[in-house]
Amino acid sequence: MQKEINKMEETKKVIPNEKPKVSEERKPVVKKQRADRQFLLTSSPHMVAVDNVPKIMWSVIAALMPAVVFGVYNFGFNVLLTILSSVIAAVATEAVINKMRGKEITVGDGSAVLTGLLLAMTLPPAFPKAYAAIGAVFSIAIGKQIFGGLGYNIFNPALLGRAFLQASFSVKMTTWTAPVTIDAVTTATPLGSFKFEKVMTPYFDLFMGKIGGCIGETSALLIIIGGLYLLLKKYADWRIPVSYLGTVFVVGGIFWLINPDKYPDPVFHLFSGGLMLGAFFMATDMVTSPITPKGTWIYGIGAGIVLLIIRLFGGLPEGVMYSILFMNAFVPLINRYTRPKIFGEVKK
Amino acid sequence: MRLKTFKKGVHPEEYKHLSEKKSLERLPIPGEVFIPVHQHIGAPCRPLVEKGQEVKTGEIIGQSTGFVSSPVHASISGKVKAVKNFPNPLGVNSLMIHIVGNGEDEWGDLPDETQDWENLNNEEIIGRIQKAGIVGLGGAAFPTHVKLTSPKEKPIDTFILNGCECEPYLTADHRMMVEQTGDVVLGTRILMKVLNVKRAVIGIENNKPDAIEAMEKATKVFDNIEVIPLKVKYPQGAEKMLIKATIDRDVPAGGLPLDVGVVVNNVGTAVAVADAVIRRKPLIERVVTVTGDGIKEPKNVIARIGTPFQNLVDFCGGLTDDTVKIIMGGPMMGVAQHSLNVPVIKATSGILCLTGRTVLKNKEYPCIQCGTCIGACPMNLLPTSLARYAQAGNWQTAKDLGIMNCIECGSCAFVCPSKIPLVHQIRIGKQKVNEMIKREKTEAV
Repeated sequence: MQKEINKMEETKKVIPNEKPKVSEERKPVVKKQRADRQFLLTSSPHMVAVDNVPKIMWSVIAALMPAVVFGVYNFGFNVLLTILSSVIAAVATEAVINKMRGKEITVGDGSAVLTGLLLAMTLPPAFPKAYAAIGAVFSIAIGKQIFGGLGYNIFNPALLGRAFLQASFSVKMTTWTAPVTIDAVTTATPLGSFKFEKVMTPYFDLFMGKIGGCIGETSALLIIIGGLYLLLKKYADWRIPVSYLGTVFVVGGIFWLINPDKYPDPVFHLFSGGLMLGAFFMATDMVTSPITPKGTWIYGIGAGIVLLIIRLFGGLPEGVMYSILFMNAFVPLINRYTRPKIFGEVKK
Repeated sequence: MRLKTFKKGVHPEEYKHLSEKKSLERLPIPGEVFIPVHQHIGAPCRPLVEKGQEVKTGEIIGQSTGFVSSPVHASISGKVKAVKNFPNPLGVNSLMIHIVGNGEDEWGDLPDETQDWENLNNEEIIGRIQKAGIVGLGGAAFPTHVKLTSPKEKPIDTFILNGCECEPYLTADHRMMVEQTGDVVLGTRILMKVLNVKRAVIGIENNKPDAIEAMEKATKVFDNIEVIPLKVKYPQGAEKMLIKATIDRDVPAGGLPLDVGVVVNNVGTAVAVADAVIRRKPLIERVVTVTGDGIKEPKNVIARIGTPFQNLVDFCGGLTDDTVKIIMGGPMMGVAQHSLNVPVIKATSGILCLTGRTVLKNKEYPCIQCGTCIGACPMNLLPTSLARYAQAGNWQTAKDLGIMNCIECGSCAFVCPSKIPLVHQIRIGKQKVNEMIKREKTEAV
């Protein structure tokens, strides 16, 4: 049967004799030849929309740029090198594995660049560059290529790489430096200071990003701008940030109402830590989020609840990474149970 | 007012401007025609003529062999040169009657015209439609008389005339509504009488304001015919989508429009019905939009059935040198042609000639699970999963996921950012599932 499919595939790809080139001596029969002219044979539709995979990937990268530039401004030129080492390591790993598997080099589609960039954005500013590169190698090799490359991975590769770094270099992963203005001084993230010292960070700083944290996660404003661009271009499913952020806001708000002294208010939840970056750029990763509309709601709500459990009751101050990875694992199951009702299908 | 439409679907660029203002032009009688004996859904015809026989225009040359079938007629007068296999525009060779014209276009004897059609009984009208060889001219080519003889237990209350022409590029129906308004309305009224319905609606997408205006004007005197402008969206012309858009009824999955009391016919079919019932003319010609950036002068041509594509292309100024693709029908559901040596058949709504500029070579990427195809599928299926199961040979799962509901409209493959030929893969799957169902049936017996 497989053979048959292959055969049909081949017939589909019958490409086209190019237009018969009419040489000098054959000119007299041009008229006859024109009638026998062969044309391109493909299956319908014969028209396609302009969006394609590289365009989507590079657009996501572009949407991240404001936050990246701010990260460099905020934490110093040094973090640019961290970002570069992560991106270069990701791209190189992709190319090497393509080569080893005897496949086409897929670096140009932008997905490896994106993974490297996203990973770097979730690292602390003073994180060693060599370690960042190791994380990127892990992201691409174990997070993506081992499953068969783009489209086949179960977990968000950048977050998987970050989880690996968290497990391997946990001290380095939790050493935070303050913005360059007070250079090289260790500080705490807003989530950390709340969790361990019950100190609140002003909302304005949270929103603008003049705070401690990972390289690319601090400015909620710039991440939202990039995120809205993606939603507008439909390169990210709006249901995911809405359900993820909405759940955190509502459920986090309920806890705050119950005990405002113990739990932070919902606005603080939204704008602190990596939630914005996670909601707009990580959870929306097409490959690792559900394909059905109903499924994306379940996925977003689930991620929101897991995040709150970690933030409010867990030992860690932040839970964006684990909440998304946790829900990634459920995506195949969610897809299976949220099949949309076929047009005209009667409910059984 | 918010325009009516259906859920999901896509909006490809229209390209209607190439030919929408071009009046219908009659193609000169071709020197030879190739008339396939099987141009419709159902049983093929039995040829009634032999090599060397003289035929006149309008004469029956292929007799239908079953109820779901439709006769074919000579579209020019002349001599039968051969009855054998020739390439047809559906991509295979099929039995055709090759007639070489005598240049006269002599018509066979036609019965007298009937002006007072309202006094004819329904059997007579359906008989005339059947004898005239009328099939759905929107592209599916389902015999019209079969649609009109619905079973008694399924009463029909609404007739819908399909004037959407949602395929990009095509403007044949558009021009007919503007130029042959009278016949469109006449055909509609005849069909309403046969179906014994009180109400008819005409769905037209609002990118054809002149057609909407013309039809509204012509139907003003009839209280029971309503013109409904629709929001431009593909595939609105698909029966199920059109019924949803105009009168908001859901045809059950696997069912037919008559399950919800509706019959849908195309604008071109209505004109053919008027021709057949009143002027007693069989279906020997149809309107074909010859368009695309690969044709020098896009036109809407009235061509005899069986005319080689080459004649129409020459009539429209010929192809540009960089034409790489010829399609019968529209760009979304049309069939690519290997050459111009194929005849116009009853289902030929257009000949689309595209150059390398519009036929982009799209690199295929792996599926990135974006779900865009799911957001586009008007039937609410999971195209990516269906294609995957079909490719993997898992026919049972594909069937369980509703693969047989796919109408092959092409919306999924249109939006797919990975440029995966989803429709192609699903089509193979459908074929296999069909075989599987047949096998199960024979085993069960």
